[in-house]
Amino acid sequence: MRLFIFASRNRKELLRDPANLAFGIGFPLVVLLLLSAIQANIPVSLYKVESITPGIAVFGLSFLSLFSGMLIAKDRTSSFLMRLFASPLSSSDFILGYTLPLVPMAMAQSVICFIAAFFLGLAVNSNVLLAIVVLIPAAVLFIAIGLLAGSVLNDKQVGGICGALLTNVSAWLSGTWFDLGLVGGWFKSAAYALPFAHAVDATRAALAGDYTSIFPHLWWVIGYAAVILIIAIVAFSNKMKSDNT
Amino acid sequence: MIAIEINELSKKYKERFAVQSLSLSIRQGEVFGLLGVNGAGKTTTIRMLACLTKPTSGEATLLGRNILSEPQAVKEIINLSPQETAVAPNLTVRENLELIAGIYGNNRQAASEKTTEMVKNLGLAEVEKEKAKILSGGWQRRLSIAMALISEPKILFLDEPTLGLDVLARRELWSVIEKLEGETTMILTTHYLEEAQALSDRIGIMAKGKLKAIGTVDELISTTGAPTFEDAFVALATESGEAL
Repeated sequence: MRLFIFASRNRKELLRDPANLAFGIGFPLVVLLLLSAIQANIPVSLYKVESITPGIAVFGLSFLSLFSGMLIAKDRTSSFLMRLFASPLSSSDFILGYTLPLVPMAMAQSVICFIAAFFLGLAVNSNVLLAIVVLIPAAVLFIAIGLLAGSVLNDKQVGGICGALLTNVSAWLSGTWFDLGLVGGWFKSAAYALPFAHAVDATRAALAGDYTSIFPHLWWVIGYAAVILIIAIVAFSNKMKSDNT
Repeated sequence: MIAIEINELSKKYKERFAVQSLSLSIRQGEVFGLLGVNGAGKTTTIRMLACLTKPTSGEATLLGRNILSEPQAVKEIINLSPQETAVAPNLTVRENLELIAGIYGNNRQAASEKTTEMVKNLGLAEVEKEKAKILSGGWQRRLSIAMALISEPKILFLDEPTLGLDVLARRELWSVIEKLEGETTMILTTHYLEEAQALSDRIGIMAKGKLKAIGTVDELISTTGAPTFEDAFVALATESGEAL
């Protein structure tokens, strides 16, 4: 009961911030439209809709880190979290309460992205549903990064690290804007040592119906998501016990 | 009956004691004023009693519940108004109050009824549907205090509750505190001596982490031989003696 009351508050805080809607849904859609427009005017297949839509969907999810990190960091710096730490809410209430509202938001983001892609020529079939499911570990990954950032950084630092750095790093190293094989070398190795390119590749495989290619990539995303979530839970729990919230 | 029993409670940061060997008993229903200059240890004391900061040594019980071994049980019966305003910015005034009522175990209907009552008692009706973030500092402060009161805590910590309030709002809050006196045990920290004087049954004066004196306003004046309470406070807050 307490968990759901707290989660409901967090959902309202997130959805009532127009910047969240603009960045979480509006910005990725603009990028999708822009790349599709470029594709329509060039002779080579650089930004085919079935190739860029998974990348844009992952790019959109990267803003979840900013949303969750900012919410937690603002609660901490405004003493609101201190008030809640003195209440009967348990540590699991806090962690789930900050995490759960973002899962349906992530699903909605992905659904909207694919619906927009339908209008740009993406085939409507059951693989789209599979692609949305395959995106869930990536959503958990970005939510966990936000939980971790919000637990240890202030709101300005979260804005810089999750808003500017993470969204750029995850986009450039995801293979969305260009084929990582074209750069190759250490850049490609670095990109595939991180989870973002794997998240895009797994979603592309799901969308293409290439089911056997999903899991090698998805394991990377699930592994990163699990490890960062555990670190985030430990960091938040330590913050609850520390002298300075 | 004793509501708060503090026994040799200390908090040390590196080599410096924020609170040192604090021992104190507060009766149920008593309003206890905790005074001291900045850095005296008032807020650290409240944080330890509210299970937000772990003491370095010593212990305390709140209505029989130990802050070290039963923090969850303590949190069920307390609430606090932090020194800084603590509200959810994108929620309305009403939603903020219903949130806290719900977190403290009230169902939807009870939370709504308590919110209606609190809105009336704290004079929040005209801003009830406004988002907290657009309220002035004074209104936010009033809401923050209402959020501490709505759970009907058995023990309430008010850390400089009237900071930033205008005279009328301050008097309204005084009235609310006076109504709660006898039922709710309160620890009140404030820099306004007239506020402590008007509201507190007893006052403790802290300096450099130690409790220097404790008693009623008249007792503190009498002990120091000072002509006014302010003079008594200055004498006690600056002297180096042990608790009286």
